[in-house]
Amino acid sequence: MAQLETFYDVMRRQGISRRSFLKFCSLTATALGLGPLYTARIAHAMETKPRTPVIWLHGLECTCCSESFIRSAHPLVKDVVLSMISLDYDDTLMAAAGHQAEAALEDTIEKYKGQYILAVEGNPPLNEDGMFCIIGGKPFVEQLKHAAQNAKAIISWGSCASHGCVQAARPNPTRAVPVHKVITDKPIIKVPGCPPIAEVMTGVITYMLTFDRLPELDRTGRPKMFYSQRIHDKCYRRPHFDAGQFVEHFDDEGARRGYCLYKMGCKGPTTYNACSTVQWNEGTSFPIKAGHGCIGCSEEGFWDKGSWYARLTDIHAFGVEANADKIGGTVAGAIGATVAVHAAISALKRAQTKSASKSVQKMDTH
Amino acid sequence: MSDNRKSDPPSGFGPTHGVQSSHVTSVYVYEAPLRLWHWTNAAAIVVLAITGFLIGSPLPSQPGDPSSSFLMGYIRFAHFTAAYVFAIGFLFRIYWAFVGNSHARQMFIVPVKSAAWWKEVLFELRWYLFLEKRPKKYVGHNPLAQIAMFVFIVLGSIWMIFTGFALYGEGEQAGSWASRVFGWVIPLAGQSQDVHTLHHLGMWFIIAFIIIHVYVAIREDIMSRQSLVSTMISGERTFKDDDPE
Repeated sequence: MAQLETFYDVMRRQGISRRSFLKFCSLTATALGLGPLYTARIAHAMETKPRTPVIWLHGLECTCCSESFIRSAHPLVKDVVLSMISLDYDDTLMAAAGHQAEAALEDTIEKYKGQYILAVEGNPPLNEDGMFCIIGGKPFVEQLKHAAQNAKAIISWGSCASHGCVQAARPNPTRAVPVHKVITDKPIIKVPGCPPIAEVMTGVITYMLTFDRLPELDRTGRPKMFYSQRIHDKCYRRPHFDAGQFVEHFDDEGARRGYCLYKMGCKGPTTYNACSTVQWNEGTSFPIKAGHGCIGCSEEGFWDKGSWYARLTDIHAFGVEANADKIGGTVAGAIGATVAVHAAISALKRAQTKSASKSVQKMDTH
Repeated sequence: MSDNRKSDPPSGFGPTHGVQSSHVTSVYVYEAPLRLWHWTNAAAIVVLAITGFLIGSPLPSQPGDPSSSFLMGYIRFAHFTAAYVFAIGFLFRIYWAFVGNSHARQMFIVPVKSAAWWKEVLFELRWYLFLEKRPKKYVGHNPLAQIAMFVFIVLGSIWMIFTGFALYGEGEQAGSWASRVFGWVIPLAGQSQDVHTLHHLGMWFIIAFIIIHVYVAIREDIMSRQSLVSTMISGERTFKDDDPE
C-alpha cells in the first residue's frame, strides 16, 4: 500500500501558503458550526492524516452536483479539495478513460478495502435489468453494488441519489431508485438538493476527514448541521411572513418591496436546506433573494408535488387535478347541499305526519 | 330534575347506552366534565379551522412597516394555542372514558361484533332515508351516531393531533418535544408538504362532520323521541313519550 500524502502536504505542494491553509481551517470550523478551538484540531488532522480515498460514481444524473462541487466558494476549496481527498475515480473529472478508468476503479477498491468513501451522484434505474444506464459496458446498478461492497460509507450526492429526483418522477419509466433502496448494509449520508450547495458538499467531506466519523444525521439520513432547519426558519423575508405581508403577483408592489413569497407557492416552509444561511455562488444570493420562491429541490419527490407556484400539493386521485382544499371544499359543499335537501324533506314529512296526527286527534275527540 | 331519573336504564345487552330506553322519561347521561369537554372542544375546533384556513390561505397583505404588524404571528399563535387546548382536551376525554359513566366510553368502543348492533345501524340508516316512520329511543348515541363519533372525533382528532404537532415540531425545531414525539410522521408521509396536505384533508373531514353533526342534532331534537341539544347542556336525556318501544 502506497504511503499517502497528508492533506497539508498536498496543499503545500499545490503552492498554498500556511496562512491560507489556516484560513481554510477556521472557515471550515465556522461552516460546520464548531467553536474556534476546532480550527487547530482541523489543522492538526489535515497535517497528520493521510488522505481518504474517494470513489465518485455517476449514475442517472445531470452532473449538476459535480458542477456545484467544483464551484465551492472558498478559494482553497476550489484549488485543493479535489486534491485533499484522493479522488481516485470520477469518470467526469478523471484524465483516464475506457479500460484505464475501469482499472483505476478496481485498483482503489482492492487497495483500500473498507477504507474508501463512495460518493454517488445520480441513481440506478432498475427497469430492463438496469439497461437505462450503462457504465463501462455494464448496468450502473452493478457498478454501484460492486463499489459499495467494500466502502466505508456512502455519500448520496444530490436529490437523485438521495430521493430519486426528476428521473424518478411520475411515471418513472426507467424505475430509477435512490441509492438507499439498492444498498442497504452501509451507512449512507444523504446530501439532497438539486444540486446541493457547494459548501455543504465540501463541509460534509471535511467533517468526515477531520473527525473520522459520519456527521450526525437526522431521521432521514441528512447531516443535521446543514439540514436541520427549513429555508423558512432562516429566511431574511421571514418578518414579512409574520407581519402578513405577501407578494400576490410577481409584478406587484409587494414583489418590489421584497415581501414574503408564501402566496407565490414558496416551499421554504417545507424545505430543509441551508440556502437561506450559506447561500449560493460565494454567498451571493439564493432563489428567494432573487425574488422567486423556493421550489423545495432538496425535498423528497419535489417534482411530483404539483405547481411550484402553489402552496398545496396536487392530488391526482379520481382523474382530476385538485389540492386538499379544493377536494375538501367540494365535499363540504356537497354535504351542505345534501343536508339542505334532507332538511327540506324532513320538514315536509313532519308536516305530513303532524296534519295526519291532528286529524286522528280530531276523530278521537269526536 | 325528574324523580324517576336513573343513572342507568334497566336491562339490555352489553353496555347500557346501546339499549332503547323503556319507560324512563329522564336519564342523566352526560356528566359535567364531559359536557365541558364537548363545548371546549367545539370552540377549539372553530378557532383551529378558521385560523388554520388563514394560515394556508393568508389574508391580503398588511400595509406599512413589517415591525408594525404581526398578523400571521397572531393567527399562528391562536392556532397553536387552540391546538394545545384541543389535544389536552382529547387526552382528558380519554381519561374520562375510564373514570366516567358508561356513556363516556361509548365513543371509543364500537361493538362491531354484535349482530344486534348492526341491525340497529341498519334501522337508523332506514330512519334517515325516510323508510322508517317511527324512530327508536336511545339513552346514549344511536348506533349510527356512535360510528360517526368514533370515525370523525376519535380517529379525526388523533389524525389532526399527529399531523398537526408534527408540523408544529418543524417550527419549534429539531429537539423540541413536538419534533421528538411526532417528528417521525413527516418522513412516514413522505415530506413536510405531504403532511400539510394530510392536515388540510383532516380539517375538511372534521368540517364535514360538523355540518352533519349540527344538522342531525337539531333534526333529531325535533323529530326523534328524545332530547339532543339540551342534553349536552344539562346532561339530562329527556324523552317525549312513555311508550316502551
